[in-house]
Amino acid sequence: MDVPIAWYLILSAALFSIGVFAFLIKRNIITIFMSIELMLNAVNLAFVAFAHHWHQVSGQIFVFFVMVVAAAEAAVGLAIIISVYRSRETLNVDQINLMKL
Amino acid sequence: MNILIFVLLSLLKVAVVTVIFLTAVAYTVLLERKLVGRIQNRWGPSRVGPFGLMQPLADGLKLFLKEDLMPDAVARPLFILAPIIALSCALISIGVIPFGENIRWHGVDMFQIADVNIGLLVILGVTSVGVYGIALSGWSSNNKYSLLGSLRSTAQMVSYELALGLSVIGVVLRTGSLRLRDIVNVQNTHGILSWNIFGGLQLIAFFIYLMAAFAETNRTPFDLPEAESELTAGYHTEYSSMKFAMFFMAEYANMINVGCVATLLFLGGWSSPFGNLFPAFGGAVVQALLPVFWFVAKVFCFLFLYVWVRGTLPRFRYDQLMGFGWKFLLPIAIANVMVSSLVLAFHG
Amino acid sequence: MHLALFVIFGLFCLGGALNLLLQRHPINSALSLIVVMSSLAVLYLLLGAEFLALAQIIVYSGAIMVLFVFVIMLLNAGEEEKTHGSRAAYLAGIPGVLALFCVLASTYVTLRTSFGQARLGNFIVTTEELSRVLFRNLLLPFEVTSILILVAILGAVVLARKEQ
Repeated sequence: MDVPIAWYLILSAALFSIGVFAFLIKRNIITIFMSIELMLNAVNLAFVAFAHHWHQVSGQIFVFFVMVVAAAEAAVGLAIIISVYRSRETLNVDQINLMKL
Repeated sequence: MNILIFVLLSLLKVAVVTVIFLTAVAYTVLLERKLVGRIQNRWGPSRVGPFGLMQPLADGLKLFLKEDLMPDAVARPLFILAPIIALSCALISIGVIPFGENIRWHGVDMFQIADVNIGLLVILGVTSVGVYGIALSGWSSNNKYSLLGSLRSTAQMVSYELALGLSVIGVVLRTGSLRLRDIVNVQNTHGILSWNIFGGLQLIAFFIYLMAAFAETNRTPFDLPEAESELTAGYHTEYSSMKFAMFFMAEYANMINVGCVATLLFLGGWSSPFGNLFPAFGGAVVQALLPVFWFVAKVFCFLFLYVWVRGTLPRFRYDQLMGFGWKFLLPIAIANVMVSSLVLAFHG
Repeated sequence: MHLALFVIFGLFCLGGALNLLLQRHPINSALSLIVVMSSLAVLYLLLGAEFLALAQIIVYSGAIMVLFVFVIMLLNAGEEEKTHGSRAAYLAGIPGVLALFCVLASTYVTLRTSFGQARLGNFIVTTEELSRVLFRNLLLPFEVTSILILVAILGAVVLARKEQ
């Protein structure tokens, strides 16, 4: 049985929407960061689906670059989270409301 | 009808490989206890059966019949999930490992469960997921020793994965494929001289792989996650009975996996060290089983090395461990990749 | 076969994403995200991206999420508490996200005939083809990402260093 490409795309749209929603309502800075990763993953799925549709390898390469950026982002972001926690002793974004540490 | 035979034979193959693998795990434990015993000038287990050969059975029974304790303050779902993750990740890797020539019977590859195009990556991926078993066990135990052990283990495995991944690149460059059968086929022309460790000039890569693999499997001298003298037992302090046995089996299964991968990548897999020096002898069955014998012999030597190192070297300090991984292994691995690719570019 | 696998792992993806949303403890959210990422790897395999599927497992599940779990354990993050800030997010977020999903989904549904079907084994990208495109046609972006990673390493080291 074949699966319509549109189904993959709808799945990716659903994952992306859940990611946006989690980004809005979550209060823990680590979970917020994880919802960004979820959004990136949803976009990756759309890229792979389109690569399959157009028979283009470059769509998959784009996913590759997204992964690299996500890895770099995770390293820097988690370092920021650790240094924020050191000075504030909290992970709640509502209490991290000053630009100065 | 043909499909039915194919499916039945494949299932049978999976069952046989799993049973042999689990038996090998049990006897690796005995091998370690015996060898460490001899290294420390004592006998090791010798009471159960001749030469203590029934000891794994007795150990298994003991662990199985013990009371399964569940401490009050643990996070129950994760506490139960952690050993399952650890053991299943350790068992999955054997599925892509070839241990003999590609001989088909009714269309079924006899000496490999699944011939995957990207077998090497599958093994690396499964190893990298296996760290969750240890990380979650430490976190869910709600015990400071467990947490320290799992924090150490997570940091250690993530750091040494880099060196491990870089050390195999030379081999992949020489082969031009990530498929494990192709990697072995490149090495079986002139016996020991064409093995990657000598013919492929990957001697340094082999030692990098060896050290990174010791760290990945949490073995001495890198067994800080379960350092008895500092952390009681590290990440599995709170575990008992079968859950403990699953961690224990996972550790030894990972040792065997690492031995299999090292054999395939660097020691010529199932190819004979003599190449075609001797004429073929025996019937078709002997010729089919001889490669398997070489494969098992090489893996056994690797396991012997593991135990020998354990009986000889003291444990690293934590900062030494991290410094060794990042400041020594990683630069050497990168240099090795550059030199190998230059050599291949001008000679390959 | 394709349909069954798609349904099973698509449901795993959705379930994991919803669980990330509903769980209050960050470690449970992290674990559900790992489920999402691993199921996505299977979907990539179905779409013929074998190298990408394993890269997804090694990079995302095996490295990035391990870092997340490590930080959660290191900071001993507890359950998140509800604060006033989240009510506004609910009020604006639910309609906004629903609208976003409806727009995307309706676009895909109206265009579904032009997208066609995904057939198993129809388009398999081998590692060789992938690397040929990556190292020939897209070499410059590849080199630029290496600079990005270098900057990220330096940034992480500077940020995580202890103050003298």
